[in-house]
Amino acid sequence: MTSKLSRRAFLKGSITAAGSVVATSGIARAAKSITHTNKEPLATLLDISKCIGCEECVFACREANADKYPEPAKPFPKMYPSSVPVQDWSDKRDVTDRLTPYNWLFIQHASATVNGEQIDLTIPRRCMHCENPPCVKLCPWGSAKQEENGLSRIDPDLCLGGSKCKKACPWDIPERQTGVGLYLDLLPGLAGNGTMYKCDRCYNRLEKGEVPACIEACPEDVQTIGPRSEILKKAHALARQMNGYIYGEHENGGTNTIYVSPVPFEELNKSIETGKGKPHLNKVKNMMADGTNLAKAMIVAPIAGLAAAFGKFYLSSKEDK
Amino acid sequence: MNTTKKTRQYVYWITLFFITLSGFAQMPIFKRYYIADIPGLGWLAQFYVTHIIHYIAAIVLIAFVIYVFFDFIFRGAGLNRVTGFGFFKIAILAGLIVTGVLMVVKNLPNIYFGHTAVIVLDLSHLSFCMILLFVSLYSVIRKKRWVG
Repeated sequence: MTSKLSRRAFLKGSITAAGSVVATSGIARAAKSITHTNKEPLATLLDISKCIGCEECVFACREANADKYPEPAKPFPKMYPSSVPVQDWSDKRDVTDRLTPYNWLFIQHASATVNGEQIDLTIPRRCMHCENPPCVKLCPWGSAKQEENGLSRIDPDLCLGGSKCKKACPWDIPERQTGVGLYLDLLPGLAGNGTMYKCDRCYNRLEKGEVPACIEACPEDVQTIGPRSEILKKAHALARQMNGYIYGEHENGGTNTIYVSPVPFEELNKSIETGKGKPHLNKVKNMMADGTNLAKAMIVAPIAGLAAAFGKFYLSSKEDK
Repeated sequence: MNTTKKTRQYVYWITLFFITLSGFAQMPIFKRYYIADIPGLGWLAQFYVTHIIHYIAAIVLIAFVIYVFFDFIFRGAGLNRVTGFGFFKIAILAGLIVTGVLMVVKNLPNIYFGHTAVIVLDLSHLSFCMILLFVSLYSVIRKKRWVG
């Protein structure tokens, strides 16, 4: 821990020293780009080749969002049936190696071979902020919401902690904390189980024209934020330049988080540790596509009903003649 | 009771059953209360499956409602035959369908509904469903009819 702190202090010192340079570079440009007036969703570009795994983004995220973290009331109400799992991270707030209700961004480690040389890569992982987010669209209470700037977030005042968003998410991103939220005021024993938490892409900072804390804190300018079309252009240019690969452009029908890596994501996926709170890097089909196709079929339903009624009327009037 | 009427009733009740079941399955309750653990009912805890079933049942319900309405009109049966109870059920069904269609639109890509609008839609859709269920139960018990 000590070494981590001193490294952080060192990096902070470096950032201060380079302040004037930074002010005119990435962050300033990003801040300018997010205040644009058109309604195109914002996306972030993460250049994995630049990430040094220093966790500055992780700690900046924790600092910027500390006031949003759950403060559960204990003891937790008894829930029925007794098999309903209590998920309590309130005594493990320091965990930074996975996603938790108190850690919305973490660094994943991978090693791969590039041009015959073994290299280590570090990947900042958090919510992908899908273009058509299943967590938002399938939330039964409307507690998860998407904003026009492309971010999705969970309203802690409305969430009942049913964890449907986590099951619907192709990356299992949201994490639950028991003992907090609206369910305590309803039927805590019989329905609900806390509140779900995940990256909200610092919506409150974006509202003020500031960039998300993780982007601002990064000493290596790993992340860039801007209108999605511009971010995609940059991602493709970067991928061409490094002969690299893109993740997030088409996953789940498209996300607002675009990774560029010098190593194929299939290889990275084999190397990273996945599991609870540690999302994969698999290819992901568009989870909402079937629903979208059926929605189109729904337009035909009233026409079919009318045609059937008219057909019956036509046949019976023919029989009458 | 003639065959057409019987078929219509079967279609209505089967559709209502599946649309209600898949609708309730949109809430994470079937797994919690072990219902999804009953052999053959595991799909009730699979949100994408129940989502698709709900949409398919909605397509059938919309087509059916439109068919019955226009069949009634084409037959020249006259709206004055519809009972007060029938009109009440029609209003509830209309509310259920309108809020449901708006929710389907909301779920399309690149569509943004205001947060309050989404909550109002969710709650009103659930309320219309609950009212329809109670009213349908009442109509079965008290033998209330759509038309006089």
